[in-house]
Amino acid sequence: MDALPAHMRPERSFQGLILTLQRYWADYGCVILQPYDMEVGAGTFHPATTLRALGPKRWNAAYVQPSRRPKDGRYGENPNRLQHYYQFQVILKPSPPDIQELYLKSLAAIGVDAAVHDIRFVEDDWESPTLGAWGLGWECWCDGMEVSQFTYFQQVAGVECAPVSGELTYGLERLAMYVQGVDRVYDLNFNGREGAQKVTYGDVFLQAEQEYSRHNFEYADTTMLFEQFRMAEEACKKYLAAGWREGGNQREHLMALPAYDQCIKASHAFNLLDARGVISVTERQSYILRVRELAKACGEAWVHTEAGRAV
Amino acid sequence: MPDLLLELFSEEIPARMQAKAADDLRRMVTDKLVAEGLVYEGAKAFATPRRLALTVHGIPVRQPDLKEERRGPRVGGAEPAIQGFLKATGLSSIDEAKIQSDKKGDFYIALIEKPGRPAIEVLADILPVIIRTFPWPKSMRWGERSAKSGSLSWVRPLHAITATFGLETEEPDVVKFSIDGIETGQTTYGHRFMAPAEISVRRFADYDAKLLAAKVVLDPERRKDAILTDARQLAFAQGFELVEDQNLLDEVAGLVEWPVVLMGSFDEDFLSIPDEVIRATIRNNQKCFVVRNPKTGKLASKFILTANIEATDGGKAIIAGNERVIRARLSDAKFFYETDLKTKLEERLPKFDHIVFHEKLGTQGERIRRIERLAAEIAPLVGADVEKARRAARLAKADLLTEVVGEFPELQGLMGKYYALAKGEDATVAAACEDHYKPQGPADRVPTDPVSVSVALADKIDTLVGFWAIDEKPTGSKDPFALRRAALGVIRLITENALRLSILKAAWSAMSGLPSKVVTVDAAKLPTDLLAFFADRLKVQLREQGARHDLVDAVFALGGQDDLLMVVRRVEALGKFLDSDDGKNLLAGTKRASNILSIEEKKDKRTFDGTPDAALYRLDEEKALAKAIDQAKSEAGAAVAKENFAAAMSAMAKLRPPVDAFFDKVRVNDDDPKVRENRLKLLNEIRAATRAVADFSKIQD
Repeated sequence: MDALPAHMRPERSFQGLILTLQRYWADYGCVILQPYDMEVGAGTFHPATTLRALGPKRWNAAYVQPSRRPKDGRYGENPNRLQHYYQFQVILKPSPPDIQELYLKSLAAIGVDAAVHDIRFVEDDWESPTLGAWGLGWECWCDGMEVSQFTYFQQVAGVECAPVSGELTYGLERLAMYVQGVDRVYDLNFNGREGAQKVTYGDVFLQAEQEYSRHNFEYADTTMLFEQFRMAEEACKKYLAAGWREGGNQREHLMALPAYDQCIKASHAFNLLDARGVISVTERQSYILRVRELAKACGEAWVHTEAGRAV
Repeated sequence: MPDLLLELFSEEIPARMQAKAADDLRRMVTDKLVAEGLVYEGAKAFATPRRLALTVHGIPVRQPDLKEERRGPRVGGAEPAIQGFLKATGLSSIDEAKIQSDKKGDFYIALIEKPGRPAIEVLADILPVIIRTFPWPKSMRWGERSAKSGSLSWVRPLHAITATFGLETEEPDVVKFSIDGIETGQTTYGHRFMAPAEISVRRFADYDAKLLAAKVVLDPERRKDAILTDARQLAFAQGFELVEDQNLLDEVAGLVEWPVVLMGSFDEDFLSIPDEVIRATIRNNQKCFVVRNPKTGKLASKFILTANIEATDGGKAIIAGNERVIRARLSDAKFFYETDLKTKLEERLPKFDHIVFHEKLGTQGERIRRIERLAAEIAPLVGADVEKARRAARLAKADLLTEVVGEFPELQGLMGKYYALAKGEDATVAAACEDHYKPQGPADRVPTDPVSVSVALADKIDTLVGFWAIDEKPTGSKDPFALRRAALGVIRLITENALRLSILKAAWSAMSGLPSKVVTVDAAKLPTDLLAFFADRLKVQLREQGARHDLVDAVFALGGQDDLLMVVRRVEALGKFLDSDDGKNLLAGTKRASNILSIEEKKDKRTFDGTPDAALYRLDEEKALAKAIDQAKSEAGAAVAKENFAAAMSAMAKLRPPVDAFFDKVRVNDDDPKVRENRLKLLNEIRAATRAVADFSKIQD
């Protein structure tokens, strides 16, 4: 690590932070994936987590996932709220016995020294009603700031996890703000250069935050979104129904992944509709339930696929 | 006698679960020991974020031997019965059994001796069961073993179990067992960051001492003391005073093994936010204490945090980090507060028409309009200005839609007051926004301003009548809508402000505000049914204050008693009266009259109502009693009409000598049936006369 040029160091640049984490988890033996190419609300939605957390096969992966939370947009005016941000996601199945130490070492790798910083594991149970998933764990605090979520998955897509996976989610912008000592997310140094060559987070994303906030709250086409939700739901069910095969002595599913993509689409359409304020409290519950039904059916299909089943 | 040391070392246990877990561990282990005949001398349990620990001292080395005689079949009984007996008792032949003779014949008796087992073996049996069945509020599986069913569940992954048993003077033994691949031993670990190395421990004394050396304060009480002392000291040194907070202290002590208290600052500008909002922000989100200026009582721009390490830089980085987070949080809070101030409370009201209060009781908007109408009706009865009461009721819930209350629900009401004052609302109207929720419990303050009182009553009565109308009454321990608390609130508002209010009328009025389709119960019965609920709550409340609850029954048994203040006054006067000799004797006389009456009523299968015939009085005592009853009735009646219950009781007291004399001299069951009937009617009159103040038959001796 000493060989790193200054602009690549995790405390100097946003990308340096990402690269350091990738390098650290690659060294551990994770497959380093690229972001999933769909709009999702959190890294957990990536099939590399949601689906791969199911079934008995060993799975260690890490990746950055751009996450969209339409409701959190603030037109670029809030120093730390964004409708689009990056999560760094690590999934380790089964959860290794030293997972806490592995996590703490990853913090050390990005420059958080446990001899001067107060690192704490504070109870935070995680539940995703849309994914039919829950787990126990903590939010990890560094000097009073939540920098990660740490969860032992107990159930995902309605299926009991056997074995249990450990999930680590780093909020990259927050962590970067912390190690760079910056109070406003847009002031983050993105590329680690100075002077004319310096690119900030604001240079990359401020305009997008403004445009998408406008879109999410004011203009997103609700007729289209309702239609998209309906279509995605229908397509998901159709692909699921079409994917089942009765072969020999076991049932098999051949299209769990494409079906799950439609579940992700339905979920994102719902998030946008929710941000537009066109879903009432009671309807909200029923939409969440509909997405969960899709997620559960996808989970059921996945455990009957090559990657999801026992042998 | 030997001691047990048990430690369950895990990943971070939620702070809120630690105290109960330590208690459960102690209870479960010691209960089981006693059940196994191992009576111990003492036990103590501790919790830190990473461990539950238990020490039990003075456990006998072995269980006592048990001797038991078991009676078997008759001598010469059927062979299967004898074989069964041998099998059940473990005897190898029937010759080993004794023979005992009694009236029924000769029977085999087996003498079973069960030698006591060594305590360490008993422990090795009971501890794994306790660990596997430990009652965590939520538990989880983890790791490789979670692939198989039946794997251990614990609050967070369990890493090591220390279990030793032995005398203080000797090297103890390990209580050997294993759970899910974790073997018991003598190895634990110190502080996660400051002393992570393995520690070998023998018994509690060296365990406690070695942990302390490894930067772990085992006893939560010691951690709390340390935090509190240091926090007070830090505040004092800067001329401030710690705002103490027991719940926060409990929580913070559950987040650290080695508390290090530090003080940070925030920008003075944030002090423009109300103190309560600053405190909620810093407390709820950052688990830090705030400090105040002891002279003004206002918050200072400082906070106190509790870190888990002695940092090598003396805590500079930790303070700086916490200051940055608190700055960001306070910026949010300030933004919320200032945003809220831009909108008048009144302008928020239309939104309530889209928010469901309860699926059967309609929207919040409808509920607010009901409360507004009811508050205006109650206002003149409690001396409040009708328009102000109406206005206060309209605005009282509006802060539920503000950003600050959305973020910190516990500030509901209070924020309404601030926002109302900021927009120039009348001070009593603003106060009602906060105070109409009160009293929230038996210890909470009862509002006294009439505007607050009328809205508080209207809010609670609407809630009660609403849930009564849809038949959602509290049952047993279930009271999801806190209706008992609402009723108690009404009782306290009425009695502590000495208000005159008919509960029945108020209930009718509240019900008339509900759409008729909402009411799913018999509407005619609702107000009296609700009144009975108030009677129950009043009884509970009076009992808690040490008064006799049977007196409440005696007063409510008169019927139509829906003026709670008068009920309480009657009960008080009655209580005092019954403490006097006159009262006790009159009660005895009345009871005697009732007893005789009920016997004779049963015998004759009739009642003895009606006025006695003066012509049939034979003895002076009868005439005297009849006269006294007439007098007591009219005096007590007049006193009750003036609500002077003490005077009514004094009037009743005058009945005592003639009643006593009557029972002394007069034989009720006279041979002449007409005289007998007349005397029974006279007894009935005693009962009737006392009903001017209460139904004496409901009073227990």
